[in-house]
Amino acid sequence: MRGRSGHSGPSVSTDAGTRPATTATTTPGRIGDSPLRPDGTLKVTGEFAYASDLWHDDMVWGVTLRSPHPHARIRGIDITEALTVPGVTAVLTADDVPGENAFGLEHADQPVLAVEFVRYEGEPVALVAADHPETARRAAARIRVEYEVLPAVTDPRHAMDDDAPAVHRPGNLVRHLQLRRGDQSVTAPVVVSLDVEVGMQDQAFLGPESGLAVPAEDGGVDLYVATQWLHVDQRQMCLALGMPPEKVRLHLAGVGGAFGGREDLSVHVHASLLALRTGKPVKMSYSREESFFGHVHRHPAWLTYEFGAERDGTLVYARARVLLDGGAYASSTAAVVGNAGTLGLGPYRIPNVAVDAYGVFTNNPPCGAMRGFGCVQAAFAHEALMDELADAVGLDPVTVRQRNGMREGDRNITGQLIDSAAPVAELLQIVADLPLPPQRDADADLRALPGSVGNTTHGEGVVRGVGYAVTYKNIGFSEGFDDYSTARVRLEMTGGEAVATVHTAAAEVGQGLITVEQQICRTELGVERVVVHPKNTAVGSGGSTSASRQTYVTGGAVQAACVAVRDVVLARAAASLGREVSQLRLDGEKIVGASGEVLTGLAEVLGEDAVEETREYRHRPTHAIDPETGQGDAHVQFAFSAHRAVVDVDVELGLVKVVALDTAQDVGKAINPDAVVGQIHGGSAQGMGLALMEEIVVTDGHVRNPSFTDYLIPTILDMPPMQVKVLEYADPHAPYGVRGVGEPPTISSGPAVAAAVRAACGRPLRRVPIRPEHITGT
Amino acid sequence: MDFLQPTSWADALAVRAERSDAVPIAGGTDVMVDLNFDRRRPGALLDLGRVPELREWTVEDGTGGVGATGGVGGSTVRLGAGVPYSRIIDDLGARLPGLAMAARTVGSPQIRIRGTVGGNLGSASPAGDAHPPLLAAGAVVEVESAARGVRRIPAAEFFTGVKRNALEPDELIAAVLVPEAVGPQQFCKVGTRNAMVIAVSAFACALHPDRRAVGTGIGSAAPTPRRAPEAEEFLAGELESAGLWESRGDLPDGLARAFGERVAAAASPIDDVRGSAAYRRHSLAVMARRSVTWAWAEYQQDLRKAA
Repeated sequence: MRGRSGHSGPSVSTDAGTRPATTATTTPGRIGDSPLRPDGTLKVTGEFAYASDLWHDDMVWGVTLRSPHPHARIRGIDITEALTVPGVTAVLTADDVPGENAFGLEHADQPVLAVEFVRYEGEPVALVAADHPETARRAAARIRVEYEVLPAVTDPRHAMDDDAPAVHRPGNLVRHLQLRRGDQSVTAPVVVSLDVEVGMQDQAFLGPESGLAVPAEDGGVDLYVATQWLHVDQRQMCLALGMPPEKVRLHLAGVGGAFGGREDLSVHVHASLLALRTGKPVKMSYSREESFFGHVHRHPAWLTYEFGAERDGTLVYARARVLLDGGAYASSTAAVVGNAGTLGLGPYRIPNVAVDAYGVFTNNPPCGAMRGFGCVQAAFAHEALMDELADAVGLDPVTVRQRNGMREGDRNITGQLIDSAAPVAELLQIVADLPLPPQRDADADLRALPGSVGNTTHGEGVVRGVGYAVTYKNIGFSEGFDDYSTARVRLEMTGGEAVATVHTAAAEVGQGLITVEQQICRTELGVERVVVHPKNTAVGSGGSTSASRQTYVTGGAVQAACVAVRDVVLARAAASLGREVSQLRLDGEKIVGASGEVLTGLAEVLGEDAVEETREYRHRPTHAIDPETGQGDAHVQFAFSAHRAVVDVDVELGLVKVVALDTAQDVGKAINPDAVVGQIHGGSAQGMGLALMEEIVVTDGHVRNPSFTDYLIPTILDMPPMQVKVLEYADPHAPYGVRGVGEPPTISSGPAVAAAVRAACGRPLRRVPIRPEHITGT
Repeated sequence: MDFLQPTSWADALAVRAERSDAVPIAGGTDVMVDLNFDRRRPGALLDLGRVPELREWTVEDGTGGVGATGGVGGSTVRLGAGVPYSRIIDDLGARLPGLAMAARTVGSPQIRIRGTVGGNLGSASPAGDAHPPLLAAGAVVEVESAARGVRRIPAAEFFTGVKRNALEPDELIAAVLVPEAVGPQQFCKVGTRNAMVIAVSAFACALHPDRRAVGTGIGSAAPTPRRAPEAEEFLAGELESAGLWESRGDLPDGLARAFGERVAAAASPIDDVRGSAAYRRHSLAVMARRSVTWAWAEYQQDLRKAA
């Protein structure tokens, strides 16, 4: 264990203000610059304190006993033997949950600890605290749970059958989204259809679930945890712990990636229960194997699509049926169904539409949020079908997409007006015009070939293929959710230097939000030194770090708080200078006039005072869709991206080398251009991973590959260099014109890779991840 | 759990004899995975990383004789069980090309610095990357106990079952005796990722023109790593009857394919999370066909170089 016993409390330094004060009139590190992220060097050198590094001198360790069965009745739990293990300080079961034994993002349907039934393999049943994690594990193995194994629903295609066992009462349907638009009886001269299946992807964040719960003197608890939304965790914890929010305080620990997998609770309530029981700080940290059971996954999907088109390729109608396996608990399945239904036909103009999207309960692992959130699965279907359409009407894949591509001013399939840029045709044209990679050399290094140093080909059987895909994704929370962020900004003189402190609860999960918050403060307040306060629940909610929303929504809150602070400062300056506020601005720690002349220093205006303001920011409201027709303004913003993949496929062995994966994306405004490109690189890799290798294999409700030995994510030898073209068509409704960045590349990269593999090997390949035996047909 | 760390070979053998509950660790790329997954809880780990004798390789000339399948009159590399893959790649690419090619496919650079052939043999996984080239080369495993001294076990007899080998409880692997290549060798490994991947299937072949023989090794496609004896004899016989060992002429049409089919027939693969039995068999046929084609081309090239 890499202990950090030298300090008593967890903390993450986020003060990046290491540069000397400057007298320059333009503060560096503003919006549009790419200042280095404060956590970057620490992470690369292994010094960053992740949640798994949390340490408290007198802490004990908590472990979770989990169900080995996908579905069983609990006949009894005997903890007596576990309690006798020396070093054990607590053993808890459902009986020890003081509040309501339930949690869940949208519906509190999941027990903190199983009571009466277990509904998936890995469901938490009991907890142990001990002075050493190994002691706790050994004690957990001595808890006797008597299970009566029950028939399990493991094929979601039969979850709604009349004779299927009910995972929950009243039945196994989580949500059915029905969408109808236009003429339902319309026909078309060209009809193409297909069935697509998408496997279960994992977020595979590198930092497993970890947290440290510290009991407090007031009877409450302080939880340091890696998460995506402190306040939604707090709400659920309060319910389960039976405590008011002021006694349940959360602090963001170092997050090693999230991608949606930290939206649901993991160690939160468990560690807190153990801490409150033992009176000691309790650390819980999952192993990689447990992590595969400790968070939700991307929904596997079964999709049936049909397009009708004119002979020139213009779409006349689309019909789609999408089935998502939600697993044993609701998590965010309903919202994922919402996306798969309302966005599941892609960024195309389609006048007549019928979509039915279903999320169902099964006894498989619970599925919920993951980067791309319902759009990823659908994109594999609508993009494969666009290629079919191209073939059917004799167009190339780019032209058929451009011909049908959404444009600003269109209405999408829910009838919502696309009221800012929708550059589908342009994005496709950009990637189509980018230079193609050169043909492979006859004496190419093995690492440039499919199979790499596995030395499976020296060129034999290798065929090149090119594929295209385009997508659009909603940014922010949808369907009427009150989606807001809070920011508190303080400006003061410290040691002769102006310092802005920005405090939000918005989780930095590695995406670069801390840097964005600093850049906004520098831009709005004209000070260089910006301290980012540790993220916790002492300030209002920052909303979720998901839906590509933080730069937009928390960025908006930080901007609003900065403007409020600046208004106070400039009002004071105006009063003392005898000028109009409108003629003044803040820059380089100075108050400057309209023509840039320095009028006075910030130090003179602030004196000993600190100016602090807190603001909430809400994006434009969204609305529920009509339950019969699926029509409505469900989303706040749309982001568009396109990919072109070039692959070399060894068609005899079914091995793939992605040679190029180029992309164009509209980001509205790149607050931090380097971070934007980083998000696009990472998202593209994650999408490619689903296309070619990433799958949790579940058989009869059991996960067969809960390890990085057999759950494969792309390595540097799988990921090609990328050409990334970033467009900045400002969204007039968003702060600085930003458009969410993180998710679109994950959506369009995978279908482009799949299309390229299809083009190379000539097989339909209707399932992802595409496995070697799919390509070879063996 | 005790952590035992002898600093000499004699001490290591003594500890092995005393502690039947100890699991030897020689790099740890398998053992540590098992511990992390709680698949085993040994009473002790016997770390062989500090035993200097294990970390050396030497060349023994043919007069010493290293066993029935050793090179006829050729030299043999005595590869200490603790030599890491990275050194095999750096030092032995010319002498043991098949093993070096396999070593290059092991894990990541960090893993190749830790992992050893001795550890691979100790785990005896059917997917162990070192095994196919050792089988193809006709290597011999040298094991030793404090009580009975040295035993030499041909690689083909070393693997006795899934993750089981011929070691007695008091024995440790001292070295592998690998005949130096006298002809071309190839190694191929299919994985579903382009690096850091366990073999879905693997194949090694070696041409032994000195004794007009062909060696093979199959990985990840049977309960143990195994040879394909019928394929070996078939190809050697065809080459012999056509006079190709001397003429170094082109392989007859279909010969490499027929060899590949015989290699595939020698496998007993299963369906598992990494791949299907049918695909494993298919991929072996392709790898065997391709690799013997490359090996033969190299054999032909060698003559041209010599001429």
